Amino acid sequence: MRYLYVTVALAFFWVVLSGHFAPLLLGFGALSVSLVLIVVRRMDRADRQPGELVPQLGLVGYIAWLLKLVIESNIDLARRIWNPALPIEPVWTRLDTHVVSPQAKTLYANSITLTPGTLTTQVHEDHFMIHALSAEGIEELRHGEMERRIARLDL
Amino acid sequence: MLTAAIIAIIVTMMLALIRAFQGPTEYDRMLAANAFGTKTVLLIAIGGHALSWHSHLDVALLYAMVNFVGTIAVMRFFESRADGDCGEEGGTL
Amino acid sequence: MSELLDWLSFVLLLAGSVLCITGGVGLLRMPDFFARVHAAGLTETLAAPLLLSGLMLRMDWSLDLLKIVLILVFILATNPTASHSMARAALHGGCRPLLGNRRPSPGENASSKT
Repeated sequence: MRYLYVTVALAFFWVVLSGHFAPLLLGFGALSVSLVLIVVRRMDRADRQPGELVPQLGLVGYIAWLLKLVIESNIDLARRIWNPALPIEPVWTRLDTHVVSPQAKTLYANSITLTPGTLTTQVHEDHFMIHALSAEGIEELRHGEMERRIARLDL
Repeated sequence: MLTAAIIAIIVTMMLALIRAFQGPTEYDRMLAANAFGTKTVLLIAIGGHALSWHSHLDVALLYAMVNFVGTIAVMRFFESRADGDCGEEGGTL
Repeated sequence: MSELLDWLSFVLLLAGSVLCITGGVGLLRMPDFFARVHAAGLTETLAAPLLLSGLMLRMDWSLDLLKIVLILVFILATNPTASHSMARAALHGGCRPLLGNRRPSPGENASSKT
């Protein structure tokens, strides 16, 4: 099943990049896709626990929610930068996490970093180290809405 | 309007270059270089459209990939060095 | 209709340009490396999407639009990874962030020692 997703994604990528539909070029595309599939299979043997990211509808909703958050915090940070007094108060602290699967943790850490104002500096077994430009940013993370939404995705 | 966007991108690239030359740590320089690379991707995409180049978007996509891999590679190299060198110590603002 | 698209693209490009320069200024103004990462992230997370979507509204309908979406997805997906790797390398190299409050730095306790 996983190879099906990879094949579809690779074929889509080829068609977008080439933009030609001549049989010869589509044949080259099929050749490249199968070559990459062979390499992916070999890589799975080297990597004992191949990660699997199943595309699902909830992810779209999460990304839309995340974009809204990113826009809000971008505006906040832009205000701080143009303020002559530079009102930042950096904190560097630990944030306990409850999501366990590697995929969910990756998504969580990346979402935190993607939001301007908060930055994941280290990922540990049960907590992250977060650098934030203001105490409000870290309070919002402690509130845990982002983590609840990721937990609901069931990755 | 595209011209204004191009000018804004070039100004940002200049600011990033100033940071890259000032340092003070090597990490700052790498951060500025990474920001510079992302701006280059935007410059190729928008400038190429304004000058009606062909296949500029493929170049931009490739540049984005090279920029990312380059940043990761240099940071891995910094991390693997035994003695990290950081000019400034932590403290209070 | 095309008039409306022109105006929308104008607004998007303008907002993107302003945010782009804001990120550059932040890169110069911020006091230490970790704060500068935030400023660099500002230009990459919102300025790039705004500028690229402003560009998309000006283009004719073709496969190039999908290519721009691919560039956008790639930038948004890799930017956090690059930021995180830079921050980790800096911590590994002995940098400790400047803190604005008076509490002791969590760099002192064992869990975050690299």
